[in-house]
Amino acid sequence: MKHATFLWFILPSAVAMLLFIALPIVSVLIQSVYAPHEQVIREVESCNVFSCTKTTVVDVDATRALSDGAPMGRFVGSDIFTDRSHLATHEIAQIWATSHGIGDFLNQVLNLPFYGALAFTLTYTAFVTPLSILLGFAIALAVNAIPRMFRGPVIFFSLLPMIVTPLVGALILFWMVDARGILGAVLQSLAGDPNLSIKASTPLMWIMLIVYGVWASSPFAFVVYYAGLQTVPQDTLESAMIDGATRWQRLRFVIIPHLLPLTTFLLLIKIMDNFRVFEPIVSFNAGAHAQSLSYFIYSDLSSTNQLLSSAAATSVLTILGIIVLLSPVIVRTWKSFGRTA
Amino acid sequence: MASSIADRRPFPLQALMVGFLILWLMVAAFPFLWTLWGSFKVEGDFFSKSDWTNALTGPLTRAETGAAFTGQGYQGAWVTNEFWRAALNTLIVVVLVVTISLTFGTLGGYALARSGYRYVFWILIVALVFRAMPHVTLVSGYLLPFYQWNLWGHLPTAIIVLVAINQPFTLWMLTSFFQNIPKDLDESAMVDGCSRFQAFRLVIIPVMWPGVITTGLFSFLLAYNDFAVTAMLLNQENQTMIPKIASFLGTTQTKGNVMFAVSAVVSATAPLFVLVMFFQRQIVSGLTAGAVKG
Repeated sequence: MKHATFLWFILPSAVAMLLFIALPIVSVLIQSVYAPHEQVIREVESCNVFSCTKTTVVDVDATRALSDGAPMGRFVGSDIFTDRSHLATHEIAQIWATSHGIGDFLNQVLNLPFYGALAFTLTYTAFVTPLSILLGFAIALAVNAIPRMFRGPVIFFSLLPMIVTPLVGALILFWMVDARGILGAVLQSLAGDPNLSIKASTPLMWIMLIVYGVWASSPFAFVVYYAGLQTVPQDTLESAMIDGATRWQRLRFVIIPHLLPLTTFLLLIKIMDNFRVFEPIVSFNAGAHAQSLSYFIYSDLSSTNQLLSSAAATSVLTILGIIVLLSPVIVRTWKSFGRTA
Repeated sequence: MASSIADRRPFPLQALMVGFLILWLMVAAFPFLWTLWGSFKVEGDFFSKSDWTNALTGPLTRAETGAAFTGQGYQGAWVTNEFWRAALNTLIVVVLVVTISLTFGTLGGYALARSGYRYVFWILIVALVFRAMPHVTLVSGYLLPFYQWNLWGHLPTAIIVLVAINQPFTLWMLTSFFQNIPKDLDESAMVDGCSRFQAFRLVIIPVMWPGVITTGLFSFLLAYNDFAVTAMLLNQENQTMIPKIASFLGTTQTKGNVMFAVSAVVSATAPLFVLVMFFQRQIVSGLTAGAVKG
């Protein structure tokens, strides 16, 4: 295809991505090094018959003039990145100096908002990704073992947790594990504690969020593996049987190697998706116990005095995190592309 | 293939697998059925302090409304709190997002599939990185410019933003789909004197519908399920369903409001049920298309 024709075909799509994905990234970068103007404070002396009092008021005109002159705010360089709600370099140095031992140090660092969010995001990704892939694989094996006529309905119900809106799916689970909901009641009777409430406990909240994550993302792994199982070469399986391979050996040495490329694909997609975990925290109203990087940005943006710069700085750090996570994949793709081209 | 020797299993193993599957189906489907049932009860029953079986039998529902089932939640959500307006907004957003992103995506995907140059690889890699961006990070980039240019709050803004966010995925999917349509098809049309665009319009468009429908389903899901963009970029009266449900939660203190949210949740899930019922095959093939390509 000629370059010019190619350009015309790709143009609408490229412009849309440039304007609304690439530029916002630039915009986030710029915003993260600017802070909003401080309000101009003026001292006013007001006198009555008895005395004179000095009060400070916000000089609205001067403040507006300042923000009209430089609408981006004042340039602060990396100050926002290093402040307490982000990388907190100063606080960490202090904690390092005063803490007793490494455990105490980590504990205090994780109480800083950004590191707390990072820790939850990574924990969530590290648990949900492998667990949902394993569960999906188990479901795929089981579905493959039942008669064909049942498979349609089973796939239908299995797809639901994935298809349903994340916010809605998480809400449905949340209502059930509420202290007054059915699962909440079951948990209370299992634990023998009538006051057990998931909402009140940080570890339980983390576990619940991970359970939701596995529930919602296993179906994807299941569908991919199920499709993969249909293409396992039957001849190889049968010759493995003739060679005396047990059921487990056939699974281990024929089926799993056959599905390995799919696993790489699933890992890639699931790591990307789990790293931006967001909606379940809104649904579970879990902000007090668990914050993810996305939720951290969202709560900055939806607070009453919209902390745009702070949100922008977190966004930049999140994007850096994603690039680090994806870099092995990109390097690998680049190498394989170089070989074929 | 079902009768292949390798498929035969001893009975205990088969029983174990069936048992596991039944357990999974309970986990997957029960929450939806439970919430559907509960949405026709009053709050005191669905969230029962004394006994969870109240949600099944509904003594308070009977006491308060005189019948075993009540539509109060739905009445409150759809009529009193104008959920219909949010549903209408969702409809507008979803239809336009799907149409526009498929138009952009088919053109772009076709070009990517037919061009052999090296920049195709880079465009696809950049699209992959874009696909990984959390939507909230992008939103925090939009807010300031949108305020300044007075674009914030309107439906068209949210629509075009969702189209853009949708493009990376659409491009990947349609590129791999167009690669499966034989090159000879449009090239022979061009030998016969068609321009590239005529070949696309007259030869490719008639055969591309299976792939477009599959991709369209996923565009639909992205637009329908979105929370980050619609919650942050739309004002109160342009709100779509999902942010509206979230805003019901903010005011859960008053009695009965939770049931509005429960009914709204059931209402928002119903179209997705229908979608999976009719398009199960396409959804499954779409999910696996990317995987098989690697």
